[in-house]
Amino acid sequence: MRRRTLLGAAALLPFGARIVSAAPPAETITPALIEAAKKEGKVSYYTAMDLSVAEPMAKAFEAKFPGIKVAVERTGAERLFNRLAQETASNIKRCDVVNSSDAAHFITWKREGWLQPYVTVDIAENVAPEMRDPDGAFANQRTHLSPMAYNIGLVKPEDAPKAFNDLLDPKYAGKLVKGHPGYSGTIMTATQQVARELGWGYFEKLAKQKVMQVQSATEPPKKLEAGERAVAVDGSDYLFWMARERGVPIEVVYPVEGTPLISNPMAVFKAAPNPNAARLLFAWIMSGEGQEFIVNLSGQYPANLKVKAKAGRPPLSSIKTLREDPVEVEKTADEIKAKYARIFKV
Amino acid sequence: MPGSSRSEAGSADLQVRSSIPEERTWRSALRFDLSRPVLLAVTALLAVMIVLPMGWLIAYSLSDKQGAVTLGNFVTLFTDPSFVDPLITTLIIAVSVSTICCLVAAPLGWLVARTDMPIRRIVRTLVMASLVTPPFVGAIAWEMLAAPNSGLLNQLWRSMTGMPADEALLDIYSLTGLIFVIACYTFPYVFILLANALDRMPGELEDASSMLGAKTWQTARRITVPLALPTLLAGALVAFLQALNLFGSPAILAIPAGFHTLTTRIWSLFQFPPKPELAAAASLPLLLLTILLLRGQALALGRRGYAVLGGKYGEPRLVRLGAWRWPAAALALLILAMPLFLPYAALFNSAFSRVASRLVTLDTITLHNVRFTFLELSSTMPALKNTFLLATLSATLGALLALLIAYIVSRRAVTGHRVLAFLATAPLAIPGIVLGVGLFLAYTRPPLTLYGTLWILLIAFITIELPAAYQQLSSAFHAVHPELEEAGRMLGASRLRTLADITAPLLRSAVIATWCFVFVAVIRELSAAVILFTSETKVLSVLIFDLKESGDVGAIAVLSLTMVAITTVVVAVANRFGGGREASRLPARAAG
Repeated sequence: MRRRTLLGAAALLPFGARIVSAAPPAETITPALIEAAKKEGKVSYYTAMDLSVAEPMAKAFEAKFPGIKVAVERTGAERLFNRLAQETASNIKRCDVVNSSDAAHFITWKREGWLQPYVTVDIAENVAPEMRDPDGAFANQRTHLSPMAYNIGLVKPEDAPKAFNDLLDPKYAGKLVKGHPGYSGTIMTATQQVARELGWGYFEKLAKQKVMQVQSATEPPKKLEAGERAVAVDGSDYLFWMARERGVPIEVVYPVEGTPLISNPMAVFKAAPNPNAARLLFAWIMSGEGQEFIVNLSGQYPANLKVKAKAGRPPLSSIKTLREDPVEVEKTADEIKAKYARIFKV
Repeated sequence: MPGSSRSEAGSADLQVRSSIPEERTWRSALRFDLSRPVLLAVTALLAVMIVLPMGWLIAYSLSDKQGAVTLGNFVTLFTDPSFVDPLITTLIIAVSVSTICCLVAAPLGWLVARTDMPIRRIVRTLVMASLVTPPFVGAIAWEMLAAPNSGLLNQLWRSMTGMPADEALLDIYSLTGLIFVIACYTFPYVFILLANALDRMPGELEDASSMLGAKTWQTARRITVPLALPTLLAGALVAFLQALNLFGSPAILAIPAGFHTLTTRIWSLFQFPPKPELAAAASLPLLLLTILLLRGQALALGRRGYAVLGGKYGEPRLVRLGAWRWPAAALALLILAMPLFLPYAALFNSAFSRVASRLVTLDTITLHNVRFTFLELSSTMPALKNTFLLATLSATLGALLALLIAYIVSRRAVTGHRVLAFLATAPLAIPGIVLGVGLFLAYTRPPLTLYGTLWILLIAFITIELPAAYQQLSSAFHAVHPELEEAGRMLGASRLRTLADITAPLLRSAVIATWCFVFVAVIRELSAAVILFTSETKVLSVLIFDLKESGDVGAIAVLSLTMVAITTVVVAVANRFGGGREASRLPARAAG
């Protein structure tokens, strides 16, 4: 509802009216910021990242800046979007920093005026221009993929799928597990990309394969690890890899049609109850140290170009990825959810 | 009879008044009697809690997005397959659960109450203990046991039969699986109703039957079964209502299987973009069906009266099972394995294991999940704090409110007390998720913008538990003779003072038992909380549900066991203070 009215309002503005970027000057972490943040003593971090990465990252921040407690509010990106809309509509100010796996949300939030432009020197110097908002309202925190994967104990490598279309083979019926675009931003973003490349007919056929429908993109890796299903149709790549590195017999498959690419923007909320701690957390996550922490723990692809990707993971450049299109996702998200629910019945 | 003694007291009052008219009037004007304002305040409070949300629910169901009046939501509801299918599924579930519960609870209740089965006291206690398990926790535990591939029971079956990896004995992600799990945590309600009724059933009738030459089975068929039938029917209705209005178990098992029930569908309408009008419309069939069935239940239970009317009856005679004693006990234990032994084994396994689908051994046992839950997960402590604050407040305020209403109604203290009795029992007809939707619609707007505060959850919890609390306390009031209070009143004490000094001490154990049951019920409530929480007001049940959606079963196992441990302690305290009778009377509805 809100999306559409605002879209209408935006269409009235002359295109190209903005010539100069509205981005504020780049800042660094100053002792004054740390001091002010410590006075606030807490910060809330809304994220869709798996708890096994988000919580340790929060603890690393707490260790670096003693006296500031991080409350991690993790749920699926689509749920976050819903919660933030309800909380803002009811004038509940709780969110300090928001980070989501659905980049389209940041377009909406920026237009609503919910985001506080904030640029750090790390962002200005080390983040590629296409990975950050020209007005400094948000910046990509990290990138991950939504590949397929299988449990080696349950599927022999020669029987493993190589392409999305392979999954339609009757031999995979009842063996597939899949996340939900009504919950997960990763799956929402991936669904838009796959539907664009393969058409909705692919999903209609897939729905006949007795797919086990879970919610989060973080769950297919866990269902594979438990041995509950043999093949994951989608899911967060870093969790497949983390399980594999723990010794779980999982093989990641980058489908021949291309792998959905998901950026994970982050922003400081304008109504942040702890504005200084919010800036500090944001700045630290985008710094070399914060980025290295995420990369070392999870092997996601860092937004900060100074930080190297994790050794042992395939470099992003070596993978054929699908084009991410947040603008299109923003326009069609409701339609995608409705179509998906009709096809998969949940 | 309370009525006649009241009028006697009234005439006594008049006589006193006429003998010393002036002084009396003067004093009563000074000592303002609080009963009328109290009645008004309580009625207003109940209206805010119940009438306002339900009013908004109906208003929303009859309006479109722009707020214009329409019947379009109901047209959608009864024509769109995405609503009709869940409606049919829900009815199938409710009928099946109700049937299964009766089939299991009737023999078990009979074995426990009317036979010399060994360990029958233990069995009765354990069936009641199984009610401490929140249904959604039970559903998660059964996932660990009977997921087709990773389920521990399926793995066991495959290793015993040598079946290949794809073959599964049980599939919990199915309609049958869901019905089974709901039945596991619903049959105890039927069991308790039935066992209590069988306890009270006069033994003389059965004795008479056998003296007249009837065989054991004839007595059973002609006497025991007809006497127990109304209770069984009432139990069937309770089970039907439970299954109809349950949210947690379907959300956990139905969605992975690819279908919705009415409650999960209503909840899905609150996901973005929220469609409160449709959610409101979809809530009304649940509401109406529940009201209808409760009327039915009242009729069925009303008929039970003839079985217990009359003077004092002897203890019912126990049927000797002879050689069947131990097989019967084994059957009882097998039934108990379903809601109790197996799920808790799975939860413990999962709590101390890295992967829930593998059995913990001494080599693989790990505290990883415990550490993660209590040291890393930043939501744990706030959720525990919110849960206990809300449970304590709801229990305290709920018990007080119920006490006040029960007093006013049972003593007919003021005219209009019937309205109070109705309002206090009305929430029984409101499913948790429907109340959640109604409160959401009513309190996300001025003048009372309570959404996002703990208050809205407090209102929801008190409202949900009020009927059970009220029923418990009102029956306790019937045990305290009004003459005691009237003595206090005649000696010049105000009504409230009489209540505090005379009635309250006599009701102590019932009040404590009520407090504990509201406390326990609030801790396990999910269906209203899942609609009303915000990130700041997350409670334990919602946290577990959140973790379920991202598949963090280890943390879920740790949290669930913590939750159940705390609940068990409170129930134990309830039994200690409340004594057996009140404590064995469970709240008429479960949260879920």
